Amino acid sequence: MKYEDAIKKYDPVIGIEVHVELGTATKMFDAAPNTFGGGPNTNVTPTSLGLPGSLPVVNEKGVEYAIKIGLALGCEIAETCRFARKNYFYPDVPKDFQTSQSDEPIAAEGQVEVELEDGTIVTVPVERAHMEEDAGKNTHVGGATGRIQGADHSLVDYNRAGVPLVEIVTHPITGTGERAAEVAAAYVRTLRDIFRALDVSEARMEQGNVRADVNVSLRESPEAPLGTRTETKNVNSFRSIERAVRFEIARQATLLEAGEKVVQETRHFHEETGETSSGRPKSDADDYRYFPEPDLVPLQPSREWVDQLRASLPELPAQKRRRLLGEWKFSDLEMRDIVNAGLLEAIEDTVTAGAKPAAARKWWTGEVARLANQEDKRPTEIVTPAQVAGLVDLINEGKLNDKLAKDVLTGVSAGEGEPAEVMKARDLEIVEDTGALEAAVEEAIAANPDVVEKIKGGKMQAIGALMGPIMKATRGQADAGKAKDLILAKLGV
Amino acid sequence: MTELTNKSALELAAGLKSGEFSSVDVTQAHLDRIASTEDDFNSFITVTDELALETAKAVDAKRSAGEDLHTLAGVPVALKDLVVTEGTRTTAGSKMLENWVPPYESTVHNKVKAAGLPVLGKTNLDEFAMGSTTEHSAFGNTRNPWNLDHVPGGSSGGAAAALAGFQAPLSVGTDTGGSVRQPAAFTGTVGVKPTYGSISRFGIIAMASSLDQVGPMGRSVADAAALHELLAGHDPLDSTSLPDEVGGFLNAAQTSELKGKKLGVIKQLAGEGYQDGVRTAFTAALETAAAAGAEIVEVDCPSISYALDAYYLIMPSEVSSNLARYDGMRYGLRVEPESGPVTAETVMSATRAAGFGDEVKRRIILGTYALSAGYYDAYYGSAQKIRTLVQNDFAKAFAACDVLVSPTTPTTALKFGAEKAADPMALYLGDVATIPANLAGIPGLSLPAGLAEGLPVGFQILAPAREDVKLYEVAGPLEAALESAGGRVLDTLAEGLNAK
Repeated sequence: MKYEDAIKKYDPVIGIEVHVELGTATKMFDAAPNTFGGGPNTNVTPTSLGLPGSLPVVNEKGVEYAIKIGLALGCEIAETCRFARKNYFYPDVPKDFQTSQSDEPIAAEGQVEVELEDGTIVTVPVERAHMEEDAGKNTHVGGATGRIQGADHSLVDYNRAGVPLVEIVTHPITGTGERAAEVAAAYVRTLRDIFRALDVSEARMEQGNVRADVNVSLRESPEAPLGTRTETKNVNSFRSIERAVRFEIARQATLLEAGEKVVQETRHFHEETGETSSGRPKSDADDYRYFPEPDLVPLQPSREWVDQLRASLPELPAQKRRRLLGEWKFSDLEMRDIVNAGLLEAIEDTVTAGAKPAAARKWWTGEVARLANQEDKRPTEIVTPAQVAGLVDLINEGKLNDKLAKDVLTGVSAGEGEPAEVMKARDLEIVEDTGALEAAVEEAIAANPDVVEKIKGGKMQAIGALMGPIMKATRGQADAGKAKDLILAKLGV
Repeated sequence: MTELTNKSALELAAGLKSGEFSSVDVTQAHLDRIASTEDDFNSFITVTDELALETAKAVDAKRSAGEDLHTLAGVPVALKDLVVTEGTRTTAGSKMLENWVPPYESTVHNKVKAAGLPVLGKTNLDEFAMGSTTEHSAFGNTRNPWNLDHVPGGSSGGAAAALAGFQAPLSVGTDTGGSVRQPAAFTGTVGVKPTYGSISRFGIIAMASSLDQVGPMGRSVADAAALHELLAGHDPLDSTSLPDEVGGFLNAAQTSELKGKKLGVIKQLAGEGYQDGVRTAFTAALETAAAAGAEIVEVDCPSISYALDAYYLIMPSEVSSNLARYDGMRYGLRVEPESGPVTAETVMSATRAAGFGDEVKRRIILGTYALSAGYYDAYYGSAQKIRTLVQNDFAKAFAACDVLVSPTTPTTALKFGAEKAADPMALYLGDVATIPANLAGIPGLSLPAGLAEGLPVGFQILAPAREDVKLYEVAGPLEAALESAGGRVLDTLAEGLNAK
């Protein structure tokens, strides 16, 4: 069954778990550096290797970042919470338990407003955000596929073990209907933007800083009880999230149509095919034997600290969009184009530097974007907001017209200097010297007696025929209005 | 035995300071003593003679150079083989770590090194500190110097035997449910379990994290106090480490009086189920204390009756998680399955089957069960509630007295094999008096209080949390009173050993 048909017949319910690696200097429970890369097993201490006798110490910065995320998601921050041990045997987990949080997360019950392509806002309910540590990384060697099946041995790199994570878990997201896949991707994108705005993570999907597990289930109707869900693990790009949800909805619908049952299990997503495949069966009875981590004391973030962090929160992307939409009076469509082009910040900074919002938008989404595109760069890489604001200033002062301004922009982007400097260096300033203009006008009148006759005869549009030679003589820098006034004055019309 | 091995740690410290003898002399004397007695006692898993002499030489050189040294500088010490020592194998008494040489240092060993105490070696213990006889070591039984047919107690059995056998003047043990106090009682030595968090656990191989505590051991209260002062103090590497200032233990042990002290006899820990000789010795000690001016009162701690049950849920639960890391993947023993595919899972399974002894496996299974979904509330959850009740009971009891007292153990040292004869529960009951202190996190001390049928009896003192000094305020003068009344318990043993 196709996705399009599946969502007509069934009501999809999705749930998303997002893990974000925090950008702290050191790991969550020890002093090993938290950096990407490095030789295998070099960013480790006895604690991140789980050596006998080693003990964890909480990274306060990690807690601060987790609280910030919780606050940004509108969650309640717990007055007291604990870490818990999640016990399971796996070679990439050095202690054979993961230090996580169980029934006492640092943040609970919030929501995220997610904006879809067409401007629709969907509110995603957040159940909790909790702190935990990442595992190491297994590499399976000797097999054809790089998977554990068929490999002849595996290598484990513990550099990532102990890296601080925050896991954000949604409540079941209902009512998305045909837009389920789009909502899933947009939700993760929104979180990614929030992490970046908070400066708690580089939030680079391609480096695995942000990873999503996507739960999907179908039911006959919104009134029916929730269906059996599958959890597709580690889907690591927005596009993949959308594809995984689409695939799962279609796959589950096909099963249900055939009278079969959906098996509760974890599934793997395959980038190449866009399909998911069965992982291991998972039941709610998965027994991690959680219990409070006795090597750590309960965490009690003071209310003063939480309030301080709340006050220091930067404006979040959604808030900023709403505020700027009101201030700038753009249309929804214009605003969305700006956001999608990643130009919101640049335009805001340009406006702050003195330009009018409409002018700032026109230059950034127009000529700057075109030039950047030509050079295969991002617009903000070729000019700065201050430079665009400077350019707009020169136009407003009458020193440049749009055509000249484009030349100036080309110069600025080529690194020739600030707009005013480029204008001077390239000699592009609109000619204010009436002497030079008068000479050009007189010359044009003398050279075109037939045109002059027409003008004198009342054919005012014939003036245009004189403008060409005037502009040529002044290399385009003549102010067209002034030239016209001069012609009329000279001819006594 | 020589004059040097017979001295207390503080006597040795004084002699070193006055130049009467050198640390090399003292260290060599103890190493010789170890060499001549290890066949009998088997107190050590590893003897680190070269390292010990190296440290001794360095300390002697510093002393000659007139450097400021720690009081105990140059006095040898033995470390339980649960204390991580960088570069020296640390086994936890287990086949699992038989050849594990730690690449990092424990805080305890760091402190010992910084103070200049030569480390004689790593003492024997029940595997991963689980047991009360040292019969659960993968490195053979340690025998009680008082009678080689008897166990030295456990799990710090090697540490206690090394003291009683005059192989070491000081020992570092660990106490999760009595593992320092019970072997001290069985060997006529002094063992202290400080307040939870008093001594850093960083680099102490974990058994049950919320109960484990490093304990100083010596042949006298003052020696233990001096070692306690050396080892205690805040450690940023241990999140459960207390921020408290440390000090005054030795002074309290040496200058306090029993006069005016109120000793509370715990009603639930005297009488029933106790060996006659133990009861007699305990009562006699109370009379001696009273004669020296102490006031004896009886106090009620009803929830102590449930402490053992709670302990045997919390301890194995934490054990099951703490010992999960021994999986053959990173360090220690690795065993591949005899047949079938070699996968991470089968290697983990084969390694754990081969590397752990029965008692460890028993506790891992118990703990895994107690933490299982559906049982957590009934077992681990309820046990934590009992823990709170025990703490409340102690708080009430301490309102009525300065310290609480009881026999340390219901019996004197058992004979080898007693455990196999009885069911494990009977042996677990032997910890009934020591376990409550671990559950409540309060400090406890055992000192010798005479003999029963030729074996030492332990007298336990408990104090409120973070008031470890109160242990010494009572134990110091009580030790003096008992020795002046009945002589020094260990002198009896020393005579016997000399006669041999």
